Amino acid sequence: MAVCIAVIAKENYPLYIRSVPTENELKFHYTVHTSLDVVEEKISAVGKALVDQRELYLGLLYPTEDYKVYGYVTNSKVKFVIVVDSSNTSLRDNEIRSMFRKLHNSFTDVMCNPFYNPGDPIQSKAFDGMVSAMMVQAC
Amino acid sequence: MIPDVTCKQIQPSRKMSPTQWDLPPELCCRPMAFVALTGLDVVYNAIHRAIWDAFCANRRADRVPISFKVLPGDHEYPKCRTKRTSYEWYIPKGILKTGWMNKHLNLVPALVVLFYELDWDESQWKEKQSECATKVEIVRTSLQGRNTKVAVVLIQKKTPLPPGEDVSLFVLPHTDHLVGYIIRLENAFYEHAQTYYYTEIRRVKSHKEFLNKTTHQLLFVRHQFKIAFFSELKQDTQNALKYYRTAYTLIHELRAHETNMLEIKTMAGFINYKICRLCFQHNTPLDAIAQFRKHIDLCKKKIGSAELAFEHTAWMSKQFQSFGDLFDEAIKLGLTAIQTQNPGFYYQQAAYYAQERKQQATHLCIDPPDPEKEKGGILALQVKEREVLHSELIIALLSNAVAQFKKYKCPRMKSHLMVQMGEEYYYAKDYTKALKLLDYVMCDYRTERWWTLLTSILATALKCSYLMAQIKDYITYSLELVGRASTLRDDQKSRIEKNLIKVLMNEVPEPEPDCDVAAVKAAHSLWSDRVALAGNNEFTIEVQDYVPFIQCKAKFLFPSFHVDNPVQLHVYLRADCPHPVRFSKLCVSLSNQDYNQYCVVEEPCQTKDILEPSAQENMCLVPGKTRKYTFKFVARTEDVGKKIEITAVDLMLGNENGRCVFVNWRGGGGDAASSHEALQATRSFKRRGRFLEQHVDWDTVSIQASTMVISRVPRMSVQLHHEPPALNNEIYCMMVTIQSHEDTVAKDVKLTAGLKPGQDANLTQTTHVTLTSSEMGDDSHPALLPDISIGDLQPGQKVEKPLYIRCVTTGSRIFLFHVSYAVNTTVQNKDIMCKCHKDETVTIETVVPFEVALKFVSTKFENQDRVYVDIPFLLMTDILSASPWPLHLVSSQIQLVSTMTAVDQPQSQVEQVILQTGECASECFCLRCPPIINGTSSVASGQYVISWKRKSACENVPVIHTVVTLPHVIVESIPLYVHAELPSFGRVRESLPVKYHIQNRTGLVQDVEMSVEPSDAFMFSGLKQVRLRILPGTEQEMLYNFYPLMAGYQSLPSLNINLLRFPGISSQLLRRFLPSRIFVKPQGRQVDDASIAAA
Repeated sequence: MAVCIAVIAKENYPLYIRSVPTENELKFHYTVHTSLDVVEEKISAVGKALVDQRELYLGLLYPTEDYKVYGYVTNSKVKFVIVVDSSNTSLRDNEIRSMFRKLHNSFTDVMCNPFYNPGDPIQSKAFDGMVSAMMVQAC
Repeated sequence: MIPDVTCKQIQPSRKMSPTQWDLPPELCCRPMAFVALTGLDVVYNAIHRAIWDAFCANRRADRVPISFKVLPGDHEYPKCRTKRTSYEWYIPKGILKTGWMNKHLNLVPALVVLFYELDWDESQWKEKQSECATKVEIVRTSLQGRNTKVAVVLIQKKTPLPPGEDVSLFVLPHTDHLVGYIIRLENAFYEHAQTYYYTEIRRVKSHKEFLNKTTHQLLFVRHQFKIAFFSELKQDTQNALKYYRTAYTLIHELRAHETNMLEIKTMAGFINYKICRLCFQHNTPLDAIAQFRKHIDLCKKKIGSAELAFEHTAWMSKQFQSFGDLFDEAIKLGLTAIQTQNPGFYYQQAAYYAQERKQQATHLCIDPPDPEKEKGGILALQVKEREVLHSELIIALLSNAVAQFKKYKCPRMKSHLMVQMGEEYYYAKDYTKALKLLDYVMCDYRTERWWTLLTSILATALKCSYLMAQIKDYITYSLELVGRASTLRDDQKSRIEKNLIKVLMNEVPEPEPDCDVAAVKAAHSLWSDRVALAGNNEFTIEVQDYVPFIQCKAKFLFPSFHVDNPVQLHVYLRADCPHPVRFSKLCVSLSNQDYNQYCVVEEPCQTKDILEPSAQENMCLVPGKTRKYTFKFVARTEDVGKKIEITAVDLMLGNENGRCVFVNWRGGGGDAASSHEALQATRSFKRRGRFLEQHVDWDTVSIQASTMVISRVPRMSVQLHHEPPALNNEIYCMMVTIQSHEDTVAKDVKLTAGLKPGQDANLTQTTHVTLTSSEMGDDSHPALLPDISIGDLQPGQKVEKPLYIRCVTTGSRIFLFHVSYAVNTTVQNKDIMCKCHKDETVTIETVVPFEVALKFVSTKFENQDRVYVDIPFLLMTDILSASPWPLHLVSSQIQLVSTMTAVDQPQSQVEQVILQTGECASECFCLRCPPIINGTSSVASGQYVISWKRKSACENVPVIHTVVTLPHVIVESIPLYVHAELPSFGRVRESLPVKYHIQNRTGLVQDVEMSVEPSDAFMFSGLKQVRLRILPGTEQEMLYNFYPLMAGYQSLPSLNINLLRFPGISSQLLRRFLPSRIFVKPQGRQVDDASIAAA
């Protein structure tokens, strides 16, 4: 289960960031922000090497001592970042992929809302609920 | 300018002294066989010095790895303790003795070499030999119990004999090839050393059988480590790695408890270091990384004593740092790292543990020493930990990491580390450096719109500027922290805003929360000093690149203003702070500073009422409300055609009595966040929502920072009367009618007329414009007539001006009619003299007026390709009108050259003819060529001049003469010319006399054969066939009487002429001069004819 989930706009500013409330929120903001270095590098590499363009999942971005950071980029260059605890070894790549897929579906629903202005911060209850379900439940 | 903060600058200037956590040098070095050299006097003996230099100076990589040391002959080597025969009652105290590695690297040699000067032919051989034996004995004694070998090298002056049988006796001839001999020697030494270390390994291995697993756990590790280390000395790195790995596995099988935890970790760290180092050396970096990960995972949780937790974090930090160093070293030797796997991550993690260590140190070590409570040892360690300069350690590590991430394209990681460095400097109370770093990275977070992170950085920066009493920085950071980009809570914003107001009133602000107490005290006095200081209280803060709490947008109402209308400018202001804010001045700076005086809102405000609600509402900004300020001014007439730009908007906060802050926006306002907001606003559905008229929606206001001053709309009409198209070369008349519709006198009216500039340059040469038609004689007239003075025009007055244009080429041209004048008018009760102008353009096509066709024909109107000397021919001209307007052909004329003469006086046959479109006027002239010199030549004929004008043209328009050059003709002389003299018609059954003249045009007598062929239509009398002779230059006449038999056009009997001298002149040719047919009228009827009587 994730400890932080973020949606980043095409221009690399945050549209949505949620982290487990027990931990230092600022730290996760920095973690997500720095992970964009790797995301950008991976995106530009895709353009060069003509890797399968349909593959949106970027995989493990970089491991820190305490967390693993995974990335995903939509075709419109909106990025999703999921941070999980390093100690959580039971989590498989497949599960991460399915989390991203769920996130993408929910994000698509947000975008389909005619009252949502693309580029604005996401303030959707449905999206919030879906993210909460994927987060580590803080006791 | 952003200061270029490079990592070199931010590295601590002081080199740190080694700490207990640093890895010992004997661990980090590359182990090499230790060989001691004795008997060398390197200070006083030049030969010995040279030998020593040959051993150790400039050792290249291809030489054997030996570490040499010069020792005195009686050097005491470490004593060898008596070997244990049984381990039964032995309980080891630790894993490895502290000095063990150093002992085998630097103290116990693998080989001792004794240098001795002795030649084979030494005279005192016996004495020398025994002295040498004594020296060997001394060394042997000192090495009692060790396996160290002793070798003797005899230094000789002569070239050696073949080496003896004793392998340990060497001979070093001191000759020219010293280095070569030395290399041979050291290779031999190396072999001895290898054997030594091999025996040592065997010796350690042999202990294994005596060990048991209960009491000798430590020894298992120790022995494996020793074997590995000896293998390294033996340069057997593969085996060394193998034994180190075994040692590493064994060490984690040890029973760990609080007291030996640090020892286990230290030793594990050592072995791990060796393994990683060897993996990098074997070019298997992934193995190194995997080993390190395993190491960290195994050791992370082995914290040991809770009171001494800082020891664990210190150790962890060092592990990461050492690995980072190893990694970096491997990269320098050619390894390639990647973005997600580079030494930076290890330095970063090292820094993280160093930070944790610092926190633990502050938490754990705050209690004063209490002898009752804890053991003295722990306290002593804790006190010592307090003295460690943690920040310095952390900053050094972060700085290393920054350098790495810079290299591996991680700008955001780099920024994050720099923020951490800045914060660490803040904790270390070096606020200047902290601010420098934070200020440098701030803009990255601002441009990427990570407001949470920006707010956090700004908060630290605000603390720094507070603690240093840096007023300008303090105000700048406050402006942004109170603003909309800040994610602070409202109560925090409110606190900062109140502090800001205090600073504006030249008072000391409240301290920032969570600041060091002593530092706050110091800051307070700094502020007090600053407050007391008179003057220097005016600041200008450029906020364009920040997100200040007051937003500004300025716009000209229109992109252009007519000079007789006032220029209107709106400035919109909006505050995002929690409390209303007052300002004392708003001024707009324009590119033309003369207008600045009209764009100021100013109200002197008293010091104390900065928070009181003002009577004049307009100087107060209420949070969330948009406020509009309107400015109006009359542009100067000189500025017509120029741009007026807003160069800056300044808002003055505070006042002259306290402290003034000019918040300055470059251009028409906007800040670091506004362009994105404007873009979002344009996408938003909310934009289409309805708003009340008074309520201005901030997002929909767009900045318009420049406008144009344009001339007053002219009230003058310009009309053109003409009949297009223009005809080529004609003098084309255009009537320009200018009428004033002004209410007052239009002064100094000027007309500029002619070809519009900027067209094809050739048109300027081929267009001529004049005001008087009669002048149009030459081509010197310009294409454009500038500034034709018309004078003043009264209201409603009309002026007509004819303009004559001559276009000498066809095609289309644009003509410009530009009327300028000045008129007095009043704007905002101000009289101004406006210059107005009215432009009219017209495109005129120029066409050819007529086509002229010319041809030469014979007198029989037959086409001919050549003419004959002295024989008349005809010139036919056709003038075909192509003009859409009727043409008046005034006259025409042919001007012949000397090679051509007219048969009669040629007169124009088209004089005063009017040609409608498509009509053709033709003329015919009879011409003749005088004799020419040679037989055949092409001669010029002359010119055909047509004088014409447009039928509608006025009397005074001159006639145009169009000259057409007549074609050249080929003239030929002929020897014989024949022409007939006969009536114009004949009548049936009436005699028709025909006389043929045959002229001899040569200077010779010509024999001519002539015959007349019979014809059905005629009977004839005369010579049917004759041969005659014609004298030069004379003519022969032949008379025939033809008697027509039939009416109508009848072919005459043809005349055949043959010149015997000129067989080329055929009768065919000559026949062209003769008529071939004649019209024969029917027989006339008598008046008294029966048929009439019958009628």
